[in-house]
Amino acid sequence: MTRFLARHGRGLVGVTIASLVIVAAVAAPLLVPHDPLQSDFAAGLQPPGTPGHPLGTDQLGRDLLARVLYGARIALFIGVCCVLLTAIVGGLLGLLAGYFEGWPGAVLMRVADVQLSFPFILLALTINAIVGLGLRNIIVSLSVAGWVVYARVVRGEVLSVKERDFVHAAQALGLGRGRLLFRHVLPNVTPSIVILASLQFAQFIVAEAAISFLGFGVQPPTAAWGSMLSESRDYLFVAWWLAAFPGAALALTALGINLVGDWLRDVLDPRFRV
Amino acid sequence: MRAYLLSRLGQTVLVVFLSLTAVFFLVRLGGDPVLLFLPMDIQAKDLNEFRQRLGFNDPLAVQYGRFITRAVHGDFGESLRYRRDALGLVLERLPATLSLAGSALLLTFCVAVPVGVLSAVRRGSLVDFVGMGGAVLGQAVPGFWLGLMMIYFFSVRLGWLPTGGMGGPLHFVMPCVVLASFYAARLARITRSSVLDTLNEEYVLTARAKGLGEPVVIGKHTLKNSAIPIVTLAGLDTGQLLGGAVITETIFAWPGLGRLTVQALLNRDFPVVLAAVFVFSVTYTLMNLLVDVLYGWLDPRTRARARA
Repeated sequence: MTRFLARHGRGLVGVTIASLVIVAAVAAPLLVPHDPLQSDFAAGLQPPGTPGHPLGTDQLGRDLLARVLYGARIALFIGVCCVLLTAIVGGLLGLLAGYFEGWPGAVLMRVADVQLSFPFILLALTINAIVGLGLRNIIVSLSVAGWVVYARVVRGEVLSVKERDFVHAAQALGLGRGRLLFRHVLPNVTPSIVILASLQFAQFIVAEAAISFLGFGVQPPTAAWGSMLSESRDYLFVAWWLAAFPGAALALTALGINLVGDWLRDVLDPRFRV
Repeated sequence: MRAYLLSRLGQTVLVVFLSLTAVFFLVRLGGDPVLLFLPMDIQAKDLNEFRQRLGFNDPLAVQYGRFITRAVHGDFGESLRYRRDALGLVLERLPATLSLAGSALLLTFCVAVPVGVLSAVRRGSLVDFVGMGGAVLGQAVPGFWLGLMMIYFFSVRLGWLPTGGMGGPLHFVMPCVVLASFYAARLARITRSSVLDTLNEEYVLTARAKGLGEPVVIGKHTLKNSAIPIVTLAGLDTGQLLGGAVITETIFAWPGLGRLTVQALLNRDFPVVLAAVFVFSVTYTLMNLLVDVLYGWLDPRTRARARA
């Protein structure tokens, strides 16, 4: 039991936190009666503990609990979209670049080098500032900035997997390229993709919040944690709760997902270490 | 070694060139910079004159050629907002960013390496539990939220520290802690796992068997051999610190490159954006080069490989 807890304890904590966040996001309308966008000037800036508003209200009298819970929806939606997009596009490109070692793959890897020679958050921010604001564009910007990691790792894995005996055997049996690639090579690189995806998930959510915090990305009045934190700066002297709760929700979400990611890595592949 | 350095410098130039090219075309794809920059109610005549003056009426290829030729000479044009040489504006802000990133890096090392080593040596103890628990938390807590909360406690409630700006040593405290938190957390974890790996090596056993004291065994035999992953991550993070500075500088009104870049992006001041991209990518790639040279010193095996 102790050994089980030592190995899987953190994973359990992570799964619990992550499930709570998912439940909060899915069941938000059932958990709070308020509309996150419904303002009520008469009840502005109420402190936490006010009857009917457990976490208080913001400057427009919107219920903070409702906004934090609906914020989980935005955060998870962005995280899931970015992870799927980058894992599929980056993974596929890495698979092809590793399998066919021609010049397109080489060019792709140089592009990846250039992208990696730039801080991730700054890259995503610059792309977002240029393509424009809003939910769809922030997903595009984060994905464009984030796909290279998959391409890199998957390519490296494919390069070694394709020299293994079972691949040569499958080739000798006369299997088509597509079948070989997707039935024999892909399953062997999937664990790496899953581990990377879980580690990137939290990074995307935090990066989105950071970019929205700076005034790009998701715009008010949408209840997104980053833009809520951005608005809260003006009220820091009078209403600490506006900054405290959305940020705590963000940190908790990142913590839960990171713990799950660490655990997945320990279980699936002991070679990965961070 | 010289050939290696030269080829690496060549790569640096290529990376900087390609990133400038990418951003140049991205900016042009994003729409008419003049329309985006100027107020809505401007007259068509002025608009055209502004375009003509900045050369936006020429074909894209001509504009690109002109941009690169000038960039090679260090001329990124005039800031649309400040009407000043863009590169000069950016370079003026660089020392503030470097001093912040430098002190944050120092803080990261001073906290993360001792915590990581202690956690590894006293594995399973309270130190390990608290240290690694703190590291996991530090990785999850976003810097900009930590910054806001610190401003609330230390400036608004207690009045101990200034809320922002640059000045005395007190101004450094919060930005440094915020910038260092995430990287220190990661570095502490890497240090711990790297030291744990090294502690299992036979030369550590030999050193202990010789009767060497624990400080020598840990400090000389273990730490130097576990330094490679630590230096790798620290090198990668030095670049990411520059990215993190963008956010930290905005929260604490730090007059550095990051804040200038955010403002330039918000204002669509593209010459400044391009100059900032240039300075960022040069700094970042030079940092990576420095890390690779450090490797050679730490691990002579990589030196041989670099020569081959």
